[in-house]
Amino acid sequence: MAKVLMKGNEAIGEAAIRAGCLNYFAYPITPQSEVAEYLAKRLPEAGGTFVQGESEVAVGYMIFGAAACGERVMTTSSSPGVSLMSEAISYIAGARCPAVFVNIMRGGPGLGGILPSQGDYFQATKGGGHGDYHMLVMAPDGVQEAVEMTMQAFPLAEKYRGPVMIMGDGMIGQMMEPVEFPEDLYVPPTNKDEWATNGMDTRKSDTKNIVKSLYLDPTVLNDHNLLLKSQYDRMKEEEVRFENYNTDGDYQALIVSYGTMSRVCKTAIDEMKAQGLEIGMVRPKTLFPFPEKAIHDAASKPGCKVVVSIEMSMGQMVEDVERVVKGKTPVQWYGQCGGEVPTPQKVMEHIQSLLNS
Amino acid sequence: MGKTFSKPEALSDAHTHYCPGCTHGIAHRLVAEVIDELGIRGRTVGIAPVGCAVMAYNYFSCDFQEAAHGRAPAMATGMKRVRPDLMVFTYQGDGDLASIGMGEIIHAANRGEKFTTIFINNAIYGMTGGQMAPTTMPGQRATTAPMGRDVEKTGMPIRMCELLSSLATPGYVERQTLLKPKYINKAKKAIKKAFEYQEANKCFSFVELVSTCPTNWGMTPQDALKWAEETLLPYYPLGEFKSPE
Ligand SMILES: Cc1ncc(C[n+]2csc(CCOP(=O)(O)OP(=O)(O)O)c2C)c(N)n1
Ligand code: SF4
Repeated sequence: MAKVLMKGNEAIGEAAIRAGCLNYFAYPITPQSEVAEYLAKRLPEAGGTFVQGESEVAVGYMIFGAAACGERVMTTSSSPGVSLMSEAISYIAGARCPAVFVNIMRGGPGLGGILPSQGDYFQATKGGGHGDYHMLVMAPDGVQEAVEMTMQAFPLAEKYRGPVMIMGDGMIGQMMEPVEFPEDLYVPPTNKDEWATNGMDTRKSDTKNIVKSLYLDPTVLNDHNLLLKSQYDRMKEEEVRFENYNTDGDYQALIVSYGTMSRVCKTAIDEMKAQGLEIGMVRPKTLFPFPEKAIHDAASKPGCKVVVSIEMSMGQMVEDVERVVKGKTPVQWYGQCGGEVPTPQKVMEHIQSLLNS
Repeated sequence: MGKTFSKPEALSDAHTHYCPGCTHGIAHRLVAEVIDELGIRGRTVGIAPVGCAVMAYNYFSCDFQEAAHGRAPAMATGMKRVRPDLMVFTYQGDGDLASIGMGEIIHAANRGEKFTTIFINNAIYGMTGGQMAPTTMPGQRATTAPMGRDVEKTGMPIRMCELLSSLATPGYVERQTLLKPKYINKAKKAIKKAFEYQEANKCFSFVELVSTCPTNWGMTPQDALKWAEETLLPYYPLGEFKSPE
């Protein structure tokens, strides 16, 4: 298929349709409202369903109800809205329903601002909602990858029977880039008759399906938690994704960065290379499961003096980087909040000053 | 001798955990009878609330989801929009529906979502042990209103049927009660009508059932029925508040 020029938010909406998701529920919030505007027009054409919910709380449960019927379903929001959906995400994880959530992050805390941010890393990877759950979190670095990850999110949500989150930021949502929608990323929906509440008539036997997260018996709940954990352990085995950049040769410092920030870092790395300074980077594409081994190995390379987690937050991913580097190499944080993306120049100055100190 | 009385097919064999004299059991039975009579069990999905009926999924023999507190109408919306062929009902208490879930029920009703809500109004929080509900009567004692509900500070009890029938969107809204056999027959008719409106894809349908909670009212089942008739029914009048015709 030929490439088309599209805004990130619209491309995510189109990607959902191409992935076979015809059900979308949302509440408006900048900087992602274009997804809802795009799908409000596009879904009826495609024979799908769009409901503008009364709040993100309600939207979270519309997603739950639809997902519990076994249908492919997605919502998109931005940081304050995702806080409100976090209750539903916890229930969806507990009840083991596949659903796709997109967070086009903006600055926080509170109302914060409407410009790009990566301040929801903790929320996405460490919980957000209550209880022992995780979700698979993918972080695209541009519009094409946002499309691909959105298309992959649906089969992954079905594989693990749980919520999957795409973590973009305001920059990815708003910018226009040429994209294509790879047809081979379409995977037919799995058969959900075994667990979905899609009516007993769909099953041959007289068994009812119950979708729930309540387990009052402590041993049964413990078993349920172990089952969930086994899914997260399997994700760690099978779904870790990352990109290594300029790590073939030696380098003096290693950057760990994702999303929009990682693109700025690539420019800085190219520039420093031209000046004779080698800097490597590992870019996590999945934030959960985290590319633990890749970062540990890259940080352990002889000659690497320092690891810097560069984020559009006040230092969230850096805690995971420290955790996986395990003291092999000193770990530092660098970043900026509020919506201004650090420039390549700033990144270069920071790295150079670190190496000179 | 032939069988003259049997359990509806839509009820399971499980023993309920409801207290003696609680009207939840009657409400379950009426819903189950209607499901049987309409022959829709195989395409019905219920949604259990958070409240004493949280385990309703064990007592019905059709597919069931269990919601978070107050969110059943949003779940029903999600379900009904993606599977309009299913028959969907929420079963909710007054804390669930009229307090924490007020936003969800009003907006679902106002969008005219084609599902049915069975609303159990027992004027108290049953499951958590007798705290004040939005429907608790003035002066009625609750564990969080030990001197009785003070309407100066907590406002007057909310009347859901009156509130929902003020919406301009067409809908079916009726209040009945389970206090006596004559009322129970009317309650069943209302429930059946509600499901029929859903089946005809006509409108949102809502049946409130004025119920009892002898345990948390601190009364015998007999006294609870009497108190409800004397105190609740004058404030929560029975009848059809709105119909799509
Ligand atoms: C978010 C949340 N808040 C509070 C609770 C605790 N809780 C469980 S049931 C309930 C009240 C239920 O009362 P009602 O809806 O009147 O139903 P009843 O038990 O009387 O049938 C509350 C507050 C909860 N489970 N979840
Ligand atoms: S606590 Fe009240 S509402 Fe709950 S089962 Fe007992 S009597 Fe019924």
